[in-house]
Amino acid sequence: MASFKPTKVQFLPKLGEKVTEDTLYWKNYKSPVQIKEFGAVTKIDFSPLAPHNYAVTASTRIHVYGLHSQEPIRSFTRFRDTAYGGSFRGDGKLLVAGSEEGLIRLFDISGRVALRQFTGHSKAVHVTSFLSDGFRVVSGSDDLTFRVWDVPSAVELSSITEHTDYIRALAPSKLNPDLFVTGSYDHTVKVFDMRSGSSVMTMQHGHPVECVLLYPSEALLVSTGGRYVKIWDLLKGGQELVSLKNHHKTVTCACLSSVGNKLLTGSLDRHVKVYNSSYKVVHNFDCDASILSMAVAPDDEVVAVGMTNGVLSVRHRKHKKDKETLTSRRRRGPSYRVFVKGKNFVPRQDDFLVSKPVKQYLRKYDKQLKSFEVSKALDTALQTWTRTSKPEVTVAVIIELNRRGTLKNALAGRNEESLTKILNFLLKHIFDPRFSRPLLTVGDIVLDLYRQVLHQSPVVERQLQRLMEVLGREAELQQELLQVLGILDTLFASLTPRKEVAALAALPVDQGPQLQAA
Amino acid sequence: SLNGKYKVQRHGLFVLCTSGDSVKVYSTRTEEWLHSLQGHTNQVTGIALNPANHLQVYSCSADGTVKLWDFIDGILIKTFIIGYPLFAIYVSEKHEGIVFLHIGFQLVAVHLPKSAEQEVEAKELSAVSSHISPNPSCTAFGREGQYIAFARNLQLNVYFFRKQKTYSFSLKATDKKGAKNAFTCIACHPTDDCIATGHEDGKIRLWRNFIHKKEYTYSTQHWHHNAVNTLCFTPEGTNLLSGGIESVLVQWQYGTGNRKEFLPRLGGSILHVSASSDGQLFCTSHSDNKITVIESSFKVCGVIQGLVKDAVLTDLMIDPRSKALVLNGKPGHLQFYSLLRDKHLYNLDIVQQEYIYEAGLDQFEVVKAAFDIKGYWLATVEERGQKSSDLEFFLKLWSYDERTQSFVLNTTITAAHTDRIISMCFSSSEETTMLVTIAEDGQFKAWCQGVDADTQQDQNFWSCDFVGSYHNLKPTNCSFSADSSLLAVSFQEVITIWSPDTWELLTTLCQPPGVIRDLCFGRLSCSKYLISTTTRNLLCCWNLLTCALEWSTSVEVSKLQSDPLSENVAAFSYQSKHTDLFVFKPNEPRPLFTHKNVCSEKIHRAVFVPREEPLNNCDESSQWLNRSQLYFLTQNMLVIDDSVAVTPFYLLLGKHRQQQQKLNTPSHQAADRPQQPQGSVTITELLHTPAHVLPPASVLCSMFVSSLLISNTGEMESSEQEMNSEKEEEDSEGEMEACDSQQELRAQGSVDEVTPKLSKAQERELKRVRKTDFSWMAGLIDSKP
Repeated sequence: MASFKPTKVQFLPKLGEKVTEDTLYWKNYKSPVQIKEFGAVTKIDFSPLAPHNYAVTASTRIHVYGLHSQEPIRSFTRFRDTAYGGSFRGDGKLLVAGSEEGLIRLFDISGRVALRQFTGHSKAVHVTSFLSDGFRVVSGSDDLTFRVWDVPSAVELSSITEHTDYIRALAPSKLNPDLFVTGSYDHTVKVFDMRSGSSVMTMQHGHPVECVLLYPSEALLVSTGGRYVKIWDLLKGGQELVSLKNHHKTVTCACLSSVGNKLLTGSLDRHVKVYNSSYKVVHNFDCDASILSMAVAPDDEVVAVGMTNGVLSVRHRKHKKDKETLTSRRRRGPSYRVFVKGKNFVPRQDDFLVSKPVKQYLRKYDKQLKSFEVSKALDTALQTWTRTSKPEVTVAVIIELNRRGTLKNALAGRNEESLTKILNFLLKHIFDPRFSRPLLTVGDIVLDLYRQVLHQSPVVERQLQRLMEVLGREAELQQELLQVLGILDTLFASLTPRKEVAALAALPVDQGPQLQAA
Repeated sequence: SLNGKYKVQRHGLFVLCTSGDSVKVYSTRTEEWLHSLQGHTNQVTGIALNPANHLQVYSCSADGTVKLWDFIDGILIKTFIIGYPLFAIYVSEKHEGIVFLHIGFQLVAVHLPKSAEQEVEAKELSAVSSHISPNPSCTAFGREGQYIAFARNLQLNVYFFRKQKTYSFSLKATDKKGAKNAFTCIACHPTDDCIATGHEDGKIRLWRNFIHKKEYTYSTQHWHHNAVNTLCFTPEGTNLLSGGIESVLVQWQYGTGNRKEFLPRLGGSILHVSASSDGQLFCTSHSDNKITVIESSFKVCGVIQGLVKDAVLTDLMIDPRSKALVLNGKPGHLQFYSLLRDKHLYNLDIVQQEYIYEAGLDQFEVVKAAFDIKGYWLATVEERGQKSSDLEFFLKLWSYDERTQSFVLNTTITAAHTDRIISMCFSSSEETTMLVTIAEDGQFKAWCQGVDADTQQDQNFWSCDFVGSYHNLKPTNCSFSADSSLLAVSFQEVITIWSPDTWELLTTLCQPPGVIRDLCFGRLSCSKYLISTTTRNLLCCWNLLTCALEWSTSVEVSKLQSDPLSENVAAFSYQSKHTDLFVFKPNEPRPLFTHKNVCSEKIHRAVFVPREEPLNNCDESSQWLNRSQLYFLTQNMLVIDDSVAVTPFYLLLGKHRQQQQKLNTPSHQAADRPQQPQGSVTITELLHTPAHVLPPASVLCSMFVSSLLISNTGEMESSEQEMNSEKEEEDSEGEMEACDSQQELRAQGSVDEVTPKLSKAQERELKRVRKTDFSWMAGLIDSKP
């Protein structure tokens, strides 16, 4: 005697993005903390030292925040005009920033007053940075020059004018103290070597460059500008490796995660995109306003995003212990041990085995189907929870009833209330291609059964009206889609090269020796 | 096949069931087939335990004889010749020496003459009633054999032996609610005057007080929703068992009104129920060729399953692992049947849905199945709604699980195509597994088990790799070449050749008249050839190197099957009511082997079954069967009720004898037994008798030799082709509709081993010689020092 086979609920592929390890990793952030700054946040830089404080440049101030504090630990407010490009030195003790008036200031992280001021630029300085030896500062300015300053003596070591437009991007090499990469609005990215005093490599980005970024190995260079993100291979003499176009507005910033060197880009289109190692977008953060700056803390603990509306949005990584406290509070009922008790017992060789039949647990609708209570089974499947969160179960029961030839019986004899339930379900799911076939059958049967009495209930009548509208819209949509398909077909047909098929068509009939039938 | 009735023996040790022209004896404990009682020359229609001796059983057959057997040892005790085809047998303790038989539409009491002879002619016939239902379960003996009750259509008749009178009770054709009242079965209470009748609408009526014709009463109970097929009282009369199409065995407590127990989901619809004489075991037989043994505590304790052959929709396939034959089994299942051991191995549940036993319900059926070359993958297509317009179908892929030794569902594809899948095939190379399906929507799709590009992980489920079509024509068949480097898909009249690596259309082949029906690539040395058959009587062989037609011939081919182990291709040609078989190699247009008139019906399915070890047959005409055997399946349209039944397998080995009208006595012999002349029973007996009880060789020799000589000359008029029927069975769905005949035909080996045939006179002479008592010789031998 075979046991009852429960209704098969179809496993449907989830719509939308596929869940990968990357998505899970990047999803594992808490909801962002919003910190209001005084103006657009143009630069965020994490200190390379242990507490990993970060400097946020916005308007005329630079605030330094602790990793978990929402109030600034320290702020540098001695700017007369807008400050730009506050960045830490490699030991995290000094901070350098440019400003709108062309002055470059150097701060001690524990002091308030600027230790040094470098003067020389005639226009706003948007990017500043320490070279990796820590004794020199490089700055790029709107006066088309970039200059290298000596920190101890505060003198200008050199000034180079090779770009023909504003310099808005700078990335010093961490391995070589004499190398740095600059990007400019003249669409070029240049690699400079201070030993030669001039550019050693020039790459055409094709759009005004907003940001440049070196991979830790310094073999790959990322430049962003316009809607494009381009990756260059420096070891191959600056050959373009990939060009990514995933944003629909200017990409303003890029940074690398410290785990696995994943590339993140932020754009004016309010999205942060995360790429995997083959440069496919694996995750997407949405923000409220256009993104100007972004930084990721070491170990990806924090993702900080600065926006045009002056909001700094900080996302913290979720940790396991946070989760544990949550689940321990929520846990109720018997523990896992109770269910596996005795299940893993292995009988010894001379034990006498008495097997107990495993009890088959059935869902409620299956129990009702087993005893041929079709109406009740449909009611169970249409319960609010099932109907809303697991529509595939409801549809599976409907399909099963249809297979048994009892769908009509199950739908018959219902009152206004339960009929509205069914119609609501239809309204919600009838245009879902995965469910539409069985649900259309249901609609047909409902109309057949209740045609005579429909006018008695205005509620049902209204719902049917809506159902008609929904179906009409769906039909129109389908028609349009078919038209588009037709257009595409003609396009593809004209694209494919024409092959000579005439030669292959009809072969001469060779009347070979006859099979001996006799 | 286990069709027919069966009885459980007194202590419940044995189950007897009729099977074709024999009665099979099974053990209830081990479910093993013990032996069969063979001797009837036509279908056995009924069996009944001898009430005088519970170790004996009567069997009646359409050949007009009643035989009495000792079923424990399988010995034929007596044969009573009646002379008319018999359709059922009933016996009662009260009527010793009398059996009641169905002859035509009459119920006849036959006095069995007592004589010592083996074959007796029974002449004392007396008719009991001339209006009897053709359904044998519509007749039953009443309490202590005092009366016999039989029903026909809407009338219940009770014949009292003492009064010699028949009382009739009739029902209206339909009552107010439109119920159908026709009788379907009858059972009488063993100790009480009560008759239980089953009806077409599922009602069970219990008739009482019918001894006084006017004052009869009946009570009605209704549980079955369709016709009650069978009723049976337990020997003590405490319970009534009933069964019908729902496949639920219902046990009604007698005398307590409506209390009942159920045993659901037993298999196919229940055809017969019987109880052992001690009441400890019940037994149900099912429409899917199955017997279930049930304890009186209502627990199933044994299942005897035969080959299910209700409706074969899939091709015949061989599981490459177990070498078992695979075809449709129970509804929604595939059955694995070992041909070597002639045993049902297991059923694989494909549909995985609760089967609703209801007449006329459209349910999922497995319509296509295919194995890959290693037997690691199985693809199945199940379909519902063939009749109505909304067709539902699923493509499922199963992988073999070493641990459970069975197939496990891997992938279900819900909308593989937009229309019905016509055919599918796996690639035949061992490296890659690829499935190609063709469908009526004009497309063919290639499915692969591939790597997901997004996650970079090996996914073990299948996805679509390529969709191809050719001028929106409807594809008709597909086939992979032996090394899987080419895929041939036929679109109506055109064969397209594709490369599965690049999915490039390599070439098209076309030979205009007729739509392509079958396609197959040559194997081994003939792998450059492609064979195609069309609906317009054309068999073409294409050379794939030159892309030209190598040869063609006009022959109507209904089925083309290639042998996977050799170059041979078998073609079945159906013309004017008979089927011919041609076996040929693609490289030469001359057939290797021709066999006219294999059978009279159209052959729909065929399969080459690889042998365990290749034969070493040098004879040219049967060499093609050295490595595999050919099985084929026809569809028998002779069935009256228009449902398509399937004739069983014809195992064909070598050549065929002229169409036999009379069916041979089956002899279950192992195929590898040494060849011996089997034409005459006498000679077999002679050769099997121990040498020391035989007469001196000098007495026998001349006679034996002369008999051989005569048979050689006699052989001339019979065909030189010789064939021994290894096993032939005939089954019937009902009792009148003789429909299926199962034949497994085996060649006698090489032609030169001509079977000797003895004339009647010589046989008698031989018998006489054997019967001569030579036991005195034994004494002589013993006395020798």
